[in-house]
Amino acid sequence: MSKLLIDQVGKVFPARGKGQPTRALMPTSLNVADNDFITILGPSGCGKSTLLRIIGGLETASEGKILLDGAPVTGPGADRGFVFQSYTLFPWLSVVQNIAFGLREKGVPERERLGIARKWAERVGLSGFVDHFPKQLSGGMQQRTAIARALANDPKILLLDEPFGALDNQTRALMQEMLLGIWEREQKTVLFVTHDIEEAIFVGSRVVVMSARPGRIKADIPVELPHPRPYTIKTTAEFVALKERLVEEIRVEAVLAAEGH
Amino acid sequence: MKPLQPVSAAARVGYGVAFFALFVAVWSVATFGGYVQKLFLADPLTMVGEGWNLLVNHGFIVDIGMTIWRVVGGFILAVVFALPLGIAMGAYKPVEAFLEPFVSFARYLPASAFIPLLILWAGIGETQKLLVIFIGSFFQLVLMIAVAVGGIRRDLVDAAYTLGASDSSVVRRVLLPNAAPEIAEIFRLVLGWAWTYVIVAELIGSSSGIGHMITDSQALLNTGQIIFGIIVIGLIGLISDFLFKAINQRLFPWAQA
Ligand SMILES: Nc1ncnc2c1ncn2[C@@H]1O[C@H](COP(=O)(O)OP(=O)(O)OP(=O)(O)O)[C@@H](O)[C@H]1O
Ligand SMILES: [Mg+2]
Repeated sequence: MSKLLIDQVGKVFPARGKGQPTRALMPTSLNVADNDFITILGPSGCGKSTLLRIIGGLETASEGKILLDGAPVTGPGADRGFVFQSYTLFPWLSVVQNIAFGLREKGVPERERLGIARKWAERVGLSGFVDHFPKQLSGGMQQRTAIARALANDPKILLLDEPFGALDNQTRALMQEMLLGIWEREQKTVLFVTHDIEEAIFVGSRVVVMSARPGRIKADIPVELPHPRPYTIKTTAEFVALKERLVEEIRVEAVLAAEGH
Repeated sequence: MKPLQPVSAAARVGYGVAFFALFVAVWSVATFGGYVQKLFLADPLTMVGEGWNLLVNHGFIVDIGMTIWRVVGGFILAVVFALPLGIAMGAYKPVEAFLEPFVSFARYLPASAFIPLLILWAGIGETQKLLVIFIGSFFQLVLMIAVAVGGIRRDLVDAAYTLGASDSSVVRRVLLPNAAPEIAEIFRLVLGWAWTYVIVAELIGSSSGIGHMITDSQALLNTGQIIFGIIVIGLIGLISDFLFKAINQRLFPWAQA
């Protein structure tokens, strides 16, 4: 049985003022298996964030339905962890308190939740910064905290919307390795939106390509690279071939998107 | 000078003190130099002498205490009612739609214009003074608190929901802590305004307080006392401002630039 079932989910944003309603997402279906790591690639504005936000319960679908472990998704909840592209740590909480936010909501006693939060801070490489406030952290550290915060809740699925989009290339590469390492160890179901092709291949087990707006799924390509994946895999022939194929798929869509479609 | 270039802490104090010195210097030249008649403006020395006289012989300390109690009392009263209302308005849009138009209208009603009415309703006792401060602060507080609470970044609220927060914990654990430093800053600001209302309230129908002393001195043409009274108000304002800033910095270290 699939972990997450996306069944003909589409979205039309209602018109503002005199304008036309915007169709952001064509009815889209996707089957996510347990422990899958799916990356979603697509040109800007094709509805990637919209789809992810609908799964996260932050937006309602105009049509279709979403089932998580067979139960319909109706609103946001702790069973779906979300990491945003923007920095969304709570500025008034320290790193460890941020990570423990969801556990406190669940009523986990203080000692226990701080223990879990420290453990997660360590896994994302922030043990030395548990008592820092977000403004004292670099962008990369903030996103690591955000990932730890989502995972500390032990969600059924982790949704990431271009989490490394604002980071420089070196930091980005480190973060990809860290995330992949966590996934290899913890076995989580992950949906990861990006528009970086290399990133999509490196971390994903399946790359889903979306078409230009209004988005729909255009290609669904398995990534058959072995795990654990070292950073050097990016220069192997297999990786490069896959990259070339995806570049071509995306290029067509990007041109369409630029033409206003 | 480079725009926005910071100055050192010592230089900052130096500059601040320098302007006070300049101010007193200009005042001294104007009065001791005979450019302004004594009747209209007392010189600094006379002012200090009159101030000493007030404190020692006329129990001015009691007046100062009365004024402080009125401001603080009226202000706390306003906060007690404004805080929950402002939070409700900021967090819940129907409450805002219901109250915002009226509060926006009411905030422009000048508190001092209510004084005659309040004397009619509440006499010239303490209740009337507290009510003037209350009216002057309450509506401002409500509106500003509502804006502070409602002005949260949308994605922080989204993040809280995806972490399993309920609606009420979004208010308690996200909207409130997010707005807290700004609310503290609003208190500092509005308390400053409350000071101007209390003096006006004391100018009319009062038998104690700094404002009352100022009206008495006017009858005696004692400009030294009037100026001393004004300076005392300024000093108290400065001290309370300073305390507020210090407390806010300790309370909200995460919000400091
Ligand atoms: N709240 C909204 N109201 C109206 N239109 C919206 C809203 N949110 C998104 N859209 C529109 O829906 C389309 C898809 O937006 P979405 O943010 O999902 O794209 P995206 O694929 O995530 O793009 P990017 O890669 O730039 O993040 C865009 O054309 C956008 O303008
Ligand atoms: Mg997006």
